[in-house]
Amino acid sequence: MKKNTNVQREPLTDTQLLMTITICIFIGMYLLAMLFLGGGFLHAQQIFDMLNDNASLIIVTFGLTIVMIGGGIDISVGAVTSLVVMSCVLYLNNGGNLFVSVLLALGIGLAFGVVQGFLISYLEIQPFIVTLAGMFFARGMTTILSVNPQKVDHEGFARLRDSKIEIPWLGYVAKNGNLVPARIELGVIVALLCLVFIFILLKYLRLGRDFYAMGGNQMSALMLGINVKRTRFLSYLISGLLSGISGYVFMMHTGAGNATNAAGMEMNAIASSIIGGTLLTGGVGNVIGSFFGTMTLTTIKKIVVSSGLNDPWWQSITTGGMLCFFILLQSVVLGQRAKKKSA
Amino acid sequence: MKNQTKKVFSGGLGQLTIPLVAIALLVIFNLFRDPSFFSIGIMHNNDGNIVLSGNLISIINGASELAILAMGMTLVTAACGGQDISVGAAAAIAGSVFVKILKSMPSITGGTVVLAFISACIVAMLFGTFNGTLVAVFKIQPMIATLILYTCGRSIAYWINGGATPTVSSPIISGIGSFIPGIPIPTPVLIVVLAAILFRLLFHFTSLELFTQSVGINGSAARLNGINSTFIKLLSFIILGICVAIAGTIGVSRLGLINHETLLLDVEMDTILAVAIGGNNLGGGKFKIGGSILGAYVIQMLTITLYAMKVSSTDVKAYKAIVIILLVVIGSPVVKARVSKLMSQLRTAKAENLTKGAQ
Repeated sequence: MKKNTNVQREPLTDTQLLMTITICIFIGMYLLAMLFLGGGFLHAQQIFDMLNDNASLIIVTFGLTIVMIGGGIDISVGAVTSLVVMSCVLYLNNGGNLFVSVLLALGIGLAFGVVQGFLISYLEIQPFIVTLAGMFFARGMTTILSVNPQKVDHEGFARLRDSKIEIPWLGYVAKNGNLVPARIELGVIVALLCLVFIFILLKYLRLGRDFYAMGGNQMSALMLGINVKRTRFLSYLISGLLSGISGYVFMMHTGAGNATNAAGMEMNAIASSIIGGTLLTGGVGNVIGSFFGTMTLTTIKKIVVSSGLNDPWWQSITTGGMLCFFILLQSVVLGQRAKKKSA
Repeated sequence: MKNQTKKVFSGGLGQLTIPLVAIALLVIFNLFRDPSFFSIGIMHNNDGNIVLSGNLISIINGASELAILAMGMTLVTAACGGQDISVGAAAAIAGSVFVKILKSMPSITGGTVVLAFISACIVAMLFGTFNGTLVAVFKIQPMIATLILYTCGRSIAYWINGGATPTVSSPIISGIGSFIPGIPIPTPVLIVVLAAILFRLLFHFTSLELFTQSVGINGSAARLNGINSTFIKLLSFIILGICVAIAGTIGVSRLGLINHETLLLDVEMDTILAVAIGGNNLGGGKFKIGGSILGAYVIQMLTITLYAMKVSSTDVKAYKAIVIILLVVIGSPVVKARVSKLMSQLRTAKAENLTKGAQ
């Protein structure tokens, strides 16, 4: 006897609906690119390249998604990433230890998370101002450390940087007849691990549910007995920690530090989160959506480049247009649902 | 009478406390560091005009664009409870239009400059309307709505410029950007004063100030009272558009060229900061434009002080961040409550001691 044969299927929540829209658009866009542009889009390596290049952006976007679900904003993430890269590069070049450099990256990220989280949740200062100051501080510290680009010349790190996972059966045959296996960098694995961890955190752990409750309605969350201050503090802490991880992944990808590293990354991350269905008002969002948001943003850029719009301004203009499309779509879809509910 | 003086001392300056305290601290710091920081000189510039010079002049001159943008941003913040992060990008577009129109004219005269400025204003107002429509009609958070223009604005400016950085040179343009012959005060400063007077008159003769505040405090309550809150929000973005066009024009005139990448770079962050330092609530509601203007001067004064201390322009950001955090920590409601509680405890302890002594 099945109990729920006659029970209506539960309607999708806002989070699930927005995420589904994003995933569908991403898949549709990619299929169209495969059909009409062909070329690189037909190889599996294209997807892996997108992942390799954007692993750090993906990680940062996860942190931002958590903060945004909790109803806050963190615009220091890109600058912290850049500071972590520069610090680790200088540390490694001065004869540092590989393991300690990882700890250094995590430590810097955590420090930013702790200070910003404390100021925002316990001193009740507006998150935009605090993280703006954090961004200024991190950018300034990066240039104080070094204005000139620095390349890592550390043996252990070089081995770590060059170690890649190769999958021969997903590779393609190059023009000279050699089989080029598909390559995945270690950073992508880190990003995917983060995805799994944060997915479990948001879906099954109490802390994750608290984030949604706090972002949805702070007063109700307080009345439900949630420690709102601590929860908010932890959201910024996680975001800071993820910026630290992202910085190390960024360094593993580029192998060099530069004061202009990760410029504008915070806005890219916010855009990815929004495309992935996270609302800045809080309470709605999902890391899987954010992952596909980042991939959508990257795919648009790739499509613009390979469809021959070579003028430098087209990438940003189409990104802006796409962002506009997604924002309007979300506004209209959610508006319709709200109307239906109240009717 | 006694009550009133007491009120002034216990933070009765209201929301102007933070900017005034910040200016006072910076003045004291500079007096100790190097009193000659405040000297104002009179010199002849390259064109042979008699002009004022000195750090103070460069502070109020350099903060002009920021002050003008902060005025418009205050209005948007108050009405919509959010900030426009596209002002820098929009100013780049306005500047590009300004230069484009001037370039297409056979000669640069007073009339063509006015025409170019009006075109820049119209374009900036159109972009303001775009942002405002997203915010007011589609109910999108201002920061998200303006993220669109932030992402693509500078690229649009690049596109208008045709992938180059065109230059304009004319006595009229340099008159806008630096000095008008015969007047020793920098022209941008005069424009700021003019803009502030215009805002004052606008608030005096219309109910815009009251309407904006009520929309910001509670939009639906304002609507029930017969205020068209959608229109007020839209209007605030359009007014910000005019401010953006003025700032873009000044920025272009200073250098005599339009560079889409560097014109008013990162100004959106500084503008929002100026609004916040001015004591305005970033969540909307009550506002004081004077506070934001003071906030803009605080930021510029801090920057010039750091430059005078031989801090390189790229490192300034780190020190600026520390000062900002100190300011907002002093101004945070939690710290204020703690401090006043501590003070009252001290006072009662003192009073008890006095009574004990009397016994």
